Order: sequence, then C-alpha cells, then structure tokens
Amino acid sequence: MHATVWFVIIGGLAVIAWVNWYFFLAQRAAVTASTEVTITVKGGYDPAVIRVKAGQPVRLVFDRQETSSCSEEVVFPDFGVKKFLPAFQKTTVEITAPKPGKYGFMCGMSMLHGSLIAE
Amino acid sequence: MTTIGTTDHPKTSGATERIRIPVSGMTCAACQSHVQKALANQPGVIDASVNLMMQNASITFDPSAVTPGKLVDAIRSTGYGAKLASPDQTAFAEQEARDRAQTEEFEDLRLKAIVSGVIAVLAMVFSMPLMASNARQMTGPVSDPFMLWVMTSLTPALQKLAPWAYKIDPHVLSYTLLVVTAGVMGWAGRHFYVRAWASFRHHSADMNTLIAVGTGAAFLYSIIATAVPGFFISHGVAPDVYYEAVVFIIALILTGNAFEARAKGRTSIALRSLANMQPKSARVARDGLETDVPVELVAHGETIVVRPGERVPVDGEIISGNSAVDESMLTGESIPVKKATGDRVIGGTINGTGSFRYTATTLGSDSMLAQIVRLMRDAQGSRAPIQRLADQVSGIFVPVVISLAVVTFVAWFVAVDLSGGDAPVVRAFAAAVAVLIIACPCAMGLAVPTAVMVATGKGAELGVLIKGGEALQRAGDVTTIVLDKTGTVTEGKPAVTDLVITDGASRSKEDVLRLVASLEASSEHPLADAIVRHAKETGLTLSTATSFESITGRGAVGVVDAATVAVGNLALMNDRTVNVSSLESNAEALASSGRTPMYVAIDGVFAGIIAVADPIKGTSRDAIARMRALGLDVVMLTGDNERTARAIAKEAGIDHVVAGVLPAGKVAEVTRLQTEGRVVAMVGDGVNDAPALAQSDVGIAIGTGADVAAEAADVVLMRGDLRSAVHAIELSRRTMRTMKQNLFWAFAYNVVGIPIAAGVLYPALGILLSPILASAAMAFSSVSVVSNSLRLRKARIA
Repeated sequence: MHATVWFVIIGGLAVIAWVNWYFFLAQRAAVTASTEVTITVKGGYDPAVIRVKAGQPVRLVFDRQETSSCSEEVVFPDFGVKKFLPAFQKTTVEITAPKPGKYGFMCGMSMLHGSLIAE
Repeated sequence: MTTIGTTDHPKTSGATERIRIPVSGMTCAACQSHVQKALANQPGVIDASVNLMMQNASITFDPSAVTPGKLVDAIRSTGYGAKLASPDQTAFAEQEARDRAQTEEFEDLRLKAIVSGVIAVLAMVFSMPLMASNARQMTGPVSDPFMLWVMTSLTPALQKLAPWAYKIDPHVLSYTLLVVTAGVMGWAGRHFYVRAWASFRHHSADMNTLIAVGTGAAFLYSIIATAVPGFFISHGVAPDVYYEAVVFIIALILTGNAFEARAKGRTSIALRSLANMQPKSARVARDGLETDVPVELVAHGETIVVRPGERVPVDGEIISGNSAVDESMLTGESIPVKKATGDRVIGGTINGTGSFRYTATTLGSDSMLAQIVRLMRDAQGSRAPIQRLADQVSGIFVPVVISLAVVTFVAWFVAVDLSGGDAPVVRAFAAAVAVLIIACPCAMGLAVPTAVMVATGKGAELGVLIKGGEALQRAGDVTTIVLDKTGTVTEGKPAVTDLVITDGASRSKEDVLRLVASLEASSEHPLADAIVRHAKETGLTLSTATSFESITGRGAVGVVDAATVAVGNLALMNDRTVNVSSLESNAEALASSGRTPMYVAIDGVFAGIIAVADPIKGTSRDAIARMRALGLDVVMLTGDNERTARAIAKEAGIDHVVAGVLPAGKVAEVTRLQTEGRVVAMVGDGVNDAPALAQSDVGIAIGTGADVAAEAADVVLMRGDLRSAVHAIELSRRTMRTMKQNLFWAFAYNVVGIPIAAGVLYPALGILLSPILASAAMAFSSVSVVSNSLRLRKARIA
C-alpha cells in the first residue's frame, strides 16, 4: 500500500470522527430564560439549549423563518405538546418543567433537536 | 340592578342585528357603565346593555354602520377583555393555514420539478457526446452504471438524430452544462442548500444535508473535471462530469417531494371536511322576522328556522315541527334520524324534507362540531408509542449515513487501488454519492404520523372518535372486551314485552293494561314508566287513579275507575292472598328469559301478568358475533341478578357474565382481567362507567351525545350501536398493521438500499447503483409510505 491509500484511510477516519463529534458531541450554547425566550426556527432551533427554572412557567416563542415542512411542528414529548408552527410567524408554547432535568424538544419528524434544562 | 339599557341612537333604517359579546374583567357597576358608554358612543349601535353578572354585552346594531369586530375593539379600548364567541377558531384557522401552506408547497415543488426534469433530460442528452469524447481520450470506466446503460442504448439513435451534437467542442458542452447545473441548483434546489446550511449551523442534520452534500460533492468534482481535465487525464482517469446526475437527482427528489406534499394533504381530508361542515349563516326568527345571520352572531336561546335540505346551523332543541336529519357525517349512521319537538339537533347535520324551529343551545367552541374538530385535531397531532423507535433512529440517522458514505469511499478506493483497478477515485466517489442520496430518513418520520392522521379521520367518518395515537395502538392490542349491560348491550330503557291474562278473565287485555297504566302513571318507578309508555303507544286513554300507594319492594296499589288495582311482585300477591297459580308456568318462563314479570290483581282477583324487560339492541347480537370473530373474549358486566343476566347474555351470544356487580365492582373486575395478562377494552356509558373506562386499557364510551370531549374514554362512539366498538377495534388493528408495514418498509428500504448503493453486491454480482437511480428510489420511498397510510381511507370496515 502506498502513501495515497494511507492518506485516504486516515483522512476518511478523520472525517468520520469530525462528523460524529460535530453533530453529537459539540456543545451548543445554552441560553438562560427567565419568563420568555424567542427561538428562531430555521433549519434548527436557535438557541437550541435553554436553561429554565424548574416549576416556573416559561413562554417559548418559536419564530419560524422558513417554509421547509421539516420544521412545521414542534414536539415536547415529556409534556404531550405538539404545535403547528405557521411559516414566518411566531407561535408561543408555554411549558412548566416540573422538576430539574433535561427535557428535549424536536420537530415533528425528530430531525431537529433542542432541549430545556430545568434547574 | 345589574343591567343598564340605553337607546341613545335613533333607530336607523334597514335591518338590525343583535349580538352578545362576552366581556371579561368587569368587577363593579362603574366598569359596567364604562363599557356601556363606550358601546353606546359607537356609530351604528342602536341599543347596548351590559350585564355585570353575566359578564356580557347585548348589542343591537346596524350592520351597515358597524361590525362586530369594531364593537369588540370598542370594549377593548375601555381596558376590558372581549372576544366574539365563534366556532373554535384556532382549530379551523390552523387547518386553513396548514392547507394553504401545503397547497403553496405543492405548487412550488411541482413547477420546480417539471422545469428541472426537462433540463435534466436535456443535460443527459448533451452529456452523451461529451462522455463519448472523453472516452476517445481515455479508456477509463464510466463510473455511473445508469449513464453507461443510457449511452450504450441511446447513442446510436442520438448520433443519427442529432449528429451536430457530436461536433460541438467538448469544452463548450461541459461549460454550458456547468452553468445550467449551477442555475438549477441555485433555483430549483436552492432550498436544499439553504436548509442544509441552516441545520449545519445548529449542529443538526436532516434530509437536506444528505442531498446537499451528495449533489454538492458531485458538482464540485465536475467543476474540477471541467476546469482542469488534464489533471485527471494525467492520473489515468477520464474527466467525467456529473452535471446531468446532479440535475436529475434534484429533479427526481423534487418530484417525490411534490407527490409527498399532495399525499400529506390528503391525510387530513376528514378533518377538513368536518371543519367545512360548519354553516356560515343561520336563519334566526327575531321580532317576527326571519333574518339570515352569521352563525357567530347567533345568541343562546334564539329561535332558528331550518327549511328542507338545509344544514342545521348550530346545536339546539326543537320547539316545533318535525323532520328526519342526516347525521351521518357525525355518527356514521346512514339512516336519517327522526326528530320532533324536544329532540336535540346538532349543528352541521343536514335536514331532510321536513322543516322545524329550534332553540339554539350550545354555540361556538362548545358546540358538538367544534368539540369534535378539536378532539380530532389533538388526536391527529398525537404520537403513537410505536413511533419512539423511529424517533430514536431519525435522531442519529444523518450523521451515521455521512459516516457510512465516507467508509464507502475509503473501502472502494482501497479495494480498487490494491486490486490494481483503474480510477479508484471515480468509483469510490460514485458509490459514496449514491449512499448519501439513497438514504431517506423521511420515510421513517412519516410512517406512523400519517397512519394516525388517516385512521383518526376514517374513524370520525365511521362515527368513532379515537383520541390519539396511543389509544389507537392499545385498541389494536385488545384481547378482551368487557361490555356493560344496561345501555350498552341493551337499550337501557325497559319496555313491556308480554301481557298475559288469565283464562276466562272478565276484562280484555287492553282493559287490564289501561287500568294498570292509569295506576302506574302516579309511580316514579322505571318499570312503571315502561308500562305507561306502552299503554300510550297502544293508543289507550288513561284515567286518573283516585288513590295510589307505593309499597316499597312489592309494587303499587290504588283505585282506578272504581276498581282496586294491585300491581307488583309475587310477595305483593301473597300479602293480598291472591292466587296466581294459573299462570305460574308463564311467570317462570318469562323470568328465565330475562324478563321481569309483574302480577296484576283487580278487585282482589288475579287478572294477569305484565312482563317488562330491557331489550337488547337490534345490533348487539351481530356486534358480539363480530367481536368473537375477531378473536376477542367478550365479557358482560351487570348489576342485575344472575338469572336475568344469563338470559340476556344467552340472547346476545355472550358466554362470560359477571352478574350482581356494583359500580365499584366493575373496576375490580376490569383490574382482575388485566392481572390475568389481558388487554381489556371496556365499553360503557361515559358517565356511570367512567371509573371502569379509566381503569381499562381502552375505554370506549357510548356517546351520550352531550360532551364528547369530557368523557373519560379513549374512544367515543357517536352512536349507541355496539358495532361501532367493533369498527374501533378493526380500524385500530388495520392501522397498527399499516404502521408496522410503513416502519418495516422505511427501515428495510434504508437497511437494504444503503449497502447496495455502497456496492456490497458488486464483488459477487457486479451490481452497482447509479446515484440517479438512488435518487429515484429515495424520492419515492416516502411517497410510498404516505400512500400506504392513505390506503386506510379505503379500508373496508363495516
């Protein structure tokens, strides 16, 4: 095996490692919300990680800035909430995390993810 | 005094309208007059009265001068809350918004798919001479097997038809293709790249990521081959370009998306047609005149006139007239229901040939139709537990596929290189792109929700409201069905079944019935009611009892038309030393067939027996037979005595009976069956059986027609026909089958498709998948899942 082959193998492994790191492990910036936070929905949730106080209601305003049908719904499985987000409109979801912990939310098809961290 | 009235404005000419607007936040008389003044100052307001206790404002106004919306604004300007009582606007409006988005999406996708499809074919045609010229320069392999097949089969024809195409300078051809492809990517495929980038920035990845990376890589590769072909040639690789593949992939995926958008729109047809059933206006009788009024302006208690063939605008109770009303859209019952004074009518149903007047009772978001729409919307949006697996896979799918594509590239490169084959980069590249393109996470995401949507819609058409994906899934697993007797298996309304008089009696059957009924008219016992009803239905005119005495646990005694009448059980007869032996065998037979015999003595002489029973519904026997055919264990629960219960069960075709159970005992019995490992569905009425319905795995309430949403049940049957329960189970089982098929197909498609695209079959069978074919497969995998769900609409459930 010559150098090119080694280069391709090592390069390939590096790409795989990076892809998995980037999509699964890389830290997303968390935002602390007191009563209300606006989440931009465009190919993902921005911010995607929101720190909230346990036991206190928080208003999550989803501002959907796209027509992609992927993001047309937001689901909070722990709270049984599923909401249709009209394109280019703001839709409010009010959530009260009962106790400290991580509560995920996602799009209707579970491709886009975000989470509430209750403290 | 809580109401103040004003008539500040002179009556304007033309029709006037009246509206009642709920006002919130008023706490005192000052608030009340504040709102009052604000309304009275509005031009067009003829009369306004604000009621503090009722928290509302009744306004008579001239619709040509002011709108209800303006009145609401006027109230709000005073700092109090107001809104129009309208049909559940969120449900209707949301449905509309969804529809609009779906239609726009479909039209946009269709245009882009058609244009890029045409360009794709042209690009392919012009790629042929280009590839031919590359082949002349190099003897490398054609990397895309689909293109190779197209070339070998179509080149002779093209050379004959358009020989000029082969004379174009290859550089001109490839640069033209580059520009055209960039154009298609930037217009038709733009959203793939924009969305992929947006996702990437958020550390997430979806279908767009795969398409963008796949086509983007192919495009970049082609640009290099176009710009510096010498570099490829010096490495012994033909400078092949993939422009036609990029355009084809975009065109095919757009086509698939367009089909998918349209099919997804169809999954909510049932909800949409329900929402559209709400009539826009009602004919209201006001001040002796019949005026057409928008339904949201109809006030509680107003009289509404319905003519033949019209839709009933709002819920209410008939005050005069009679007709038959088609309620099939709500109950699934195809035979029109006879309606007369005192009967309830439901907004949205269609009047038959009669006409009637009725009082509006429930309006706006409390109306039956709004409740059903809301319930359906929530159900359609709910998630079935079976989806959890798909969710978990979707969450990690795209990065895993990208990793697999890299593995494919490396494996091909190494394998081709080590075996001394030509152009390892080209082959490795084509396979990696095919892996990216064929992978389809959408099918997994659509598998369960589309089935839930179609099934709940289908259920509503059948008069079966299923409250969500979880209920649907559990109902599909039911093994045992527990039926409450009264009102579920039986009519729940006792009726006279037999009237036997003694041989040689001095009075006729009619006479005996008339006397007994006249006596029982003073009683409040349900069995007495059955006798009175029967007598009236027979056309008898009842007398008034001159004396009446109710003897608890025995019966009743009194005087009618100067005759002493005693009606009751055997104990009563024994007390009064009446000899009943002449009909003893009849009484015995009646009791063992589930009827309750009541002995009648007139002037101390035994006259006959009247038997009363709660008859089983005409449809129950058939329904129970079907339940058993579905392999369900059928159990009947009743508070009745063992003998009556057995008789009813035998008539209905039920083997297992648990008699003598108190309401609390029903819960215990359901729990006992569950501990035996059975999945129990309980069918009963939503009010009395609520605890047992809640305890069961699937609570099926026979709708009383009042409050569908409040009932503690997973499934609400809109009509009292037990066959609806069978429909619910059948539909749930069918839906579960569809969901499993969908999930299997979605998983299998990826599990099989990705390795084939990666080329695992190549060493053994020489099979390689072209990226173009991969895109076709991908585009139609999600369409096929949605189409499979739509098949539920046509499912024969009856």
